[in-house]
Amino acid sequence: MLEPAFVLVASFAYLGLLFAIAHWGDRRAAAGRSVIARPSVYALSLAVYATSWTFYGSVGRAASTGVGFLPIYLGPTLMAALWWVVLRKIIRISKANRITSIADFVASRYGKSTLLGGLVAVIAVVGIVPYIALQLKAISNSFNLLLQHPDVASPLREPTSLLTDKALYVALVLAAFTILFGTRKLDATERHEGMVAAIAFESLVKLVAFVAVGCFVTFGLFGGFGDVFDRAAALPEAERLFTLGGPEAGYGSWLWLTLLSMLAIILLPRQFQVAVVENVDERHLDKAMWLFPLYLLAINVFVLPIALGGLVRFEGAGVDADFFVLAMPIAEGQDALALLAFLGGLSAATGMVIVEAIALSTMVSNDLVMPALLRARVARVTEGRNLRGLVLGIRRGTIVALLLLGYAYFRIAGETLALVAIGLMSFAAVAQFAPAILGGIFWRGGTRNGALAGLAAGFAVWAYTLLLPSFARSGWLPESFLEQGPLGIESLRPEHLFGLEGMDGISHGMFWSTLVNVGFYVGVSLFSRQSAAEHSQAALFVDAFREPRASASFWRGSASVADLRALLARFGDERRAAEALAGYEHGPGRASGDRADAELVHHVERLLAGSIGAASARVMIASVVDEEPLGIDEVMDILDETSQVIAHSRELEEKSRELEAATTELRAANARLQELDRLKDDFVSTVTHELRTPLTSMRAFAEILLDNPELPADERERFLRIVIDEIERLSRLINQVLDLSKIESGRADWNMAEVDLKEVIEDSAVATAQLFAERDAELTVRAPDGVPPVAADRDRVKQVVLNLLSNAAKFCAAERGEVAVELSLSGGVARVDVRDNGPGLAADDQRVIFEKFRQRGDAMTDRPQGTGLGLPISRQIVAHLGGELWVSSAPGRGATFSFTLPLARAGDPVGVDSGGG
Amino acid sequence: MSNGRKSERLVALALLGLLLFDYPLLSLFSSEGRVLGIPVLYAYLFAAWTTVIALIALIVRRS
Repeated sequence: MLEPAFVLVASFAYLGLLFAIAHWGDRRAAAGRSVIARPSVYALSLAVYATSWTFYGSVGRAASTGVGFLPIYLGPTLMAALWWVVLRKIIRISKANRITSIADFVASRYGKSTLLGGLVAVIAVVGIVPYIALQLKAISNSFNLLLQHPDVASPLREPTSLLTDKALYVALVLAAFTILFGTRKLDATERHEGMVAAIAFESLVKLVAFVAVGCFVTFGLFGGFGDVFDRAAALPEAERLFTLGGPEAGYGSWLWLTLLSMLAIILLPRQFQVAVVENVDERHLDKAMWLFPLYLLAINVFVLPIALGGLVRFEGAGVDADFFVLAMPIAEGQDALALLAFLGGLSAATGMVIVEAIALSTMVSNDLVMPALLRARVARVTEGRNLRGLVLGIRRGTIVALLLLGYAYFRIAGETLALVAIGLMSFAAVAQFAPAILGGIFWRGGTRNGALAGLAAGFAVWAYTLLLPSFARSGWLPESFLEQGPLGIESLRPEHLFGLEGMDGISHGMFWSTLVNVGFYVGVSLFSRQSAAEHSQAALFVDAFREPRASASFWRGSASVADLRALLARFGDERRAAEALAGYEHGPGRASGDRADAELVHHVERLLAGSIGAASARVMIASVVDEEPLGIDEVMDILDETSQVIAHSRELEEKSRELEAATTELRAANARLQELDRLKDDFVSTVTHELRTPLTSMRAFAEILLDNPELPADERERFLRIVIDEIERLSRLINQVLDLSKIESGRADWNMAEVDLKEVIEDSAVATAQLFAERDAELTVRAPDGVPPVAADRDRVKQVVLNLLSNAAKFCAAERGEVAVELSLSGGVARVDVRDNGPGLAADDQRVIFEKFRQRGDAMTDRPQGTGLGLPISRQIVAHLGGELWVSSAPGRGATFSFTLPLARAGDPVGVDSGGG
Repeated sequence: MSNGRKSERLVALALLGLLLFDYPLLSLFSSEGRVLGIPVLYAYLFAAWTTVIALIALIVRRS
């Protein structure tokens, strides 16, 4: 069955089927019934990511490193989650600006720079050529393997002459096929619906083929997953395959590969083509974000069983692990399955080559060749005949050249490298676009010079650390270049730059190239100025999700509508040019003779950009327009005006916010003042009341004494005693009011010293002993030695203790009254508790008693027993000394008044009078 | 759900994925044991991968 002729016929039949699908897709698109306008097809077309590297190479890498192939698929899964943030923005920008390639995107972002677009195109071509070589190698090797069946050992490749080398013919056939697919017409949107349909179909074929082989190996040759792993565990390298570690599958390179593939999934030219350029509707992203990773998961499930199964099956037989997928069915005599596997591999390879070559040819023609032609022979190109043929010719030539370049690389280096190593090199090359693109859409400050410097430096380092070593490996450069460095300079060894050790080749190359790329991009951007065009493009890109801005206002000039129509016609045909302009010409308020306004010129420029790239379109437009491009000054003026208006309105907002804040403050201050005023009135009336009570009683008794001279002596003495008591109370009250006002106003004298609280408490206990004796109450003092002295004014502290003790004496139980004073050290401060067994305090009272002239008990029925100033004064004193005074109590359970004072630490300048507060 | 919230969730998920798929969490599973006959490392990676995909689908569906 697997005769060469049959395999060839089958291959061409398959390619023919693809072409039929593409043709059908194009027909449907032309009829307005697109087959690709659905998210599942979009996701399948994204799976062009899985090339023959995935189809064959993953198994090869798995056979040598176990799970080492996985980061290449885990990275895209992570990036898929970020698509909503990153890719959606790129799509939005690209659709708005008719961007058709990565080179176009970068050029457009940095002021439609021809130089930058050309550089990106060159990097993409150089970086992707090895990747194309990889596909050629896969196709020709798999074809050879089929032809020598049933022998599956890798043949020693005898040097073949150019004319008998199958890979060359594969390259030429693919080039022809790509030309048929991608460059039949020139379209302003650069979309290829038929091609996308074919690619989506190919994604299905390769998935089905791989899963079929996987099932056959896992469940046909072995008894399920468990059996494969059981038998593989007996292999000598099993431990290495089942775990991570070692030079090739270390965690460092694992992380680098994850990051690398995250970037590759949006920056590879073919991914950009299918994900951005061919995107029909950005809402398709939603479903693709999980469907695409799911595809990757499905195609990877059987990689390990095939790899391990192959190792078990072909132990020591010299079979290239890269082609286990094909070798297993062949060795087992499953010809049909082998053919399916071959077609699956062919799908993977052709899908990649077609899309990549189309993307690259667009890039090369729009950003490299056209600008060069426009520059070199402006007169001939910009005036005269229809240029459609020229553009298409350039693209077709590019496609052929690309595949021949791929073939050349395959001849030079391809045979000595594994599939994965080649692919990773290409990933690293396109990763160089990351700073310019990701920076460009999120950071307004990136400049053209920064992007140029970063790209050039990153690319140079990539070539030195990754491309040149691949040449050296294949003997194209001397081995000593790798071992001893160029000219024997050890520190310049390309895989150990500056003596850096311990990283594998790809991590090493990525590290250095990323370092210089990001470094130059950011560094140069920060120290260079943007031109007017860059400035407006930067804003357009970064603010892609905001309301569209009138970018036309950055341009002044005029052109005739006829000129513009002629220009369009040269890249399309007359009819479509007229259609494109018709909508605009008859737009509201636009029919101003045959002069085109700025907006129309912009419209035409965008249409042209779709065909020939932004930078070239700029040049073409300039050739027919009497342009007065705004100088940087004028653009700055426009921006200044806008920003001044914005600044003024910001200032106004700021002012009104300040005013509001000031008003609120004033209102608060006013309320506070009124409150203080009320308090003052209350205080005065309370004091007056407190003063009048003793005065009234004194006056009453004095009058009795005056009116009744014959009063008995003992009665007279009793009345006089009362008068004296009242006078004492009055003077105590006045003293306390003065005291309080002194403390509150900060005019009190404080004699700070180290005070021994134990001594103070004992003194106070002695001083109040009489009071307790009178009330028949018992006072217990618990003041242990060893409590360090506090920093305080001794007399004031004693005043506080006395006040608390006399209060306790007054309010302890009338019978069997008990008061306990306790001194303790808690949390670095000295603490004194005075506990009584009196009636206790309700929660409201606990707060109130610290207010002036508020006393325990019912003011209406009980005779006032104090001045009502003791506790407020005590609290002021304790607060001034840096402590706290509080009460804890519950009705019926007695009350405990506690206060704390900070300790006098050794070394503190205690004793210095801080008089005056 | 607003685009902002959706973006935040997806970015957080990507960070979670990066954490799950890389050192040091990964090293916890780099052992020779087996789960249902499948090496622990393989089982873990595919399980974590499936979970991340399911979470993407969940976030997208709910918005």
